[in-house]
Amino acid sequence: MKKIVSCVLILCMAVSVLCLSACGSGSKVTLNVYNWGEYIDESVLSDFESQTGIHVNYTTYASNEEMYAKVSSGAASYDVVIPSDYMISKMIEEDLLAELDFANIPNYAYIGEDYKGLAYDPDNQYTVPYTWGTTVIIYNKTMVDPADVADESVDLLWNEKYAGNILMFDNPRDAFGLALKKLGYSMNSLTPAEWEAAAQELKAQKPLVQAYVMDQIFDKMSSGEAAIAPYYAGDALIMQADNPDIGYYIPKEGANFFVDCMCVLKNSQHKTEAEQFINFMCETEVAAKTAEYIGYATPHMEARALLDPEIVGNPLVYPDSAVLASTEVFLNLSKDINKLQSDLWTDIKKD
Amino acid sequence: MNRKSLTRKIITAPYTLWMSIFVLVPIGLVVYYALTDADGHFTLRNLTAIADYGKTFAISLELALISTVICLLLAFPVAYTISRMQAHKQSTMVMLVMLPMWMNFLIRTYAWMTILEGNGLINRFVRMLGGEGFNMINTNGAVVLGMVYNFLPYMILPIYTVLTKIEKSTIEAAQDLGANRIHVFRRILLPMSVPGIISGITMVFVPAVSTFVISKLLGGGKTFLIGDIIENFFLGNTGTVDYNIGAALSLVLMILILVSMAIMNHFDKDESAGGIM
Repeated sequence: MKKIVSCVLILCMAVSVLCLSACGSGSKVTLNVYNWGEYIDESVLSDFESQTGIHVNYTTYASNEEMYAKVSSGAASYDVVIPSDYMISKMIEEDLLAELDFANIPNYAYIGEDYKGLAYDPDNQYTVPYTWGTTVIIYNKTMVDPADVADESVDLLWNEKYAGNILMFDNPRDAFGLALKKLGYSMNSLTPAEWEAAAQELKAQKPLVQAYVMDQIFDKMSSGEAAIAPYYAGDALIMQADNPDIGYYIPKEGANFFVDCMCVLKNSQHKTEAEQFINFMCETEVAAKTAEYIGYATPHMEARALLDPEIVGNPLVYPDSAVLASTEVFLNLSKDINKLQSDLWTDIKKD
Repeated sequence: MNRKSLTRKIITAPYTLWMSIFVLVPIGLVVYYALTDADGHFTLRNLTAIADYGKTFAISLELALISTVICLLLAFPVAYTISRMQAHKQSTMVMLVMLPMWMNFLIRTYAWMTILEGNGLINRFVRMLGGEGFNMINTNGAVVLGMVYNFLPYMILPIYTVLTKIEKSTIEAAQDLGANRIHVFRRILLPMSVPGIISGITMVFVPAVSTFVISKLLGGGKTFLIGDIIENFFLGNTGTVDYNIGAALSLVLMILILVSMAIMNHFDKDESAGGIM
């Protein structure tokens, strides 16, 4: 009897699941797009839906690592993801990304040559650049002495004068990037000793740090809760709009130059539709709308003409090639260095 | 008799099914991952690696313990007061206790951030009155406050439930026999409410010892709890995803919780026996 009941129950469950999935998709294709939080003007999604009849299921993540953990575990199936450079090379190495059929993405022609053929995808097979930018050091002009920012150095984050008013990245890659640059090393250093030295710097910095944060940075900088924080250039622009006292600079020691790209996952069931979506995102108006909303620099050359000339002319958002020459793109770290970074970071945080 | 047990089985079947799929299977997976390496071979390396996190375990246990004690001290008088009110007032009060839980847990914790910050509500008020302002956010104290605030209802409700079952006449009888207030509390109320206190302690201690959101938001990422480390290993926030060590940490945490519950249950039996005598 008990067995019959359980069988009936399982049957009920199966039927309802089938029913739901059938009702959910119907004849329509559902595209699963997985993007960073606050990284799209969501109105373009409904434009895409009404134009193509393809339903977009849009979800967000807070870090490359979180996205990678979800995608690589196979727990959920996504079609389009928007990882950053170093994560792209890792995902290509692990065969997670599909080669794109650029015949379906004619708008790729609008993407500037500077953003093509970069180290993570040298032959332009897997990626369509979405945004780019650099990390910057953000400070509150009413709280920081102008003399301390005059040299535009990363050392400001270690200045004891501002103990308790400094925010720091709550992710190891960005945090170590800054510490490595402070010591004059590469952000992609292959030498364990250099990582150890950087860890010492971060440990020394810890007593000065008010909090290790990511998205909370917007609140804390806009309200004047903290004086100094490193973050991404596009976000600095948004904070400045909220609080005119915010200033920022690209540190002279060199910053991280990042490119986030649209990619299609290898196990996507709807590759053509995914490419259709990417092509749509590269339409000039859509790209301009996106760039305007998120504040990051767009690699779409035509879209720039539609943007506020003041933003496109802002050397901190669209730095010239001389500044870019001092920056570094994150590369995928070797397994050993990655492990070392992870151990060192946990060590810094738990002490 | 036979019929009765059959009905019981049918009624509990959905629950049994649910529990085995969503509780037993996951626990089995945690044990499996904890005892294997990345290639699936048996190893104890993950469990020995935990020694590195002793300090983090200690801090997590300490903060959870402090929060539980504070919750207990706050909850008992509240639960007692509510249980002695008139019936209709009681339901209003219970609703008020539960009211904050209607709002999302994350939003409530974010709200505390705004209240405690250096330029937050409290400090602005203090400065308006000419005071100096305090440093509250990003400290262990703020984390404990977050835990107490979020988990307090889970302590009040079970204690309230057992207290309502104590007849007024029991207390009156004790008083007639010459017991003063302290005696009534020590010999009647406390022993009789032990089951509620035990479940309250469990329901506060378990989420408090494993939280990672409260420490992140109110501790500013500087109070690093065992929950934070487990989260990092599963989400790969530090660059490496390691289910094996993450599972081993979870397993040790579960064992710690089980042991403390076993100790408390033992205590429970002793006390209630004493209560009857």
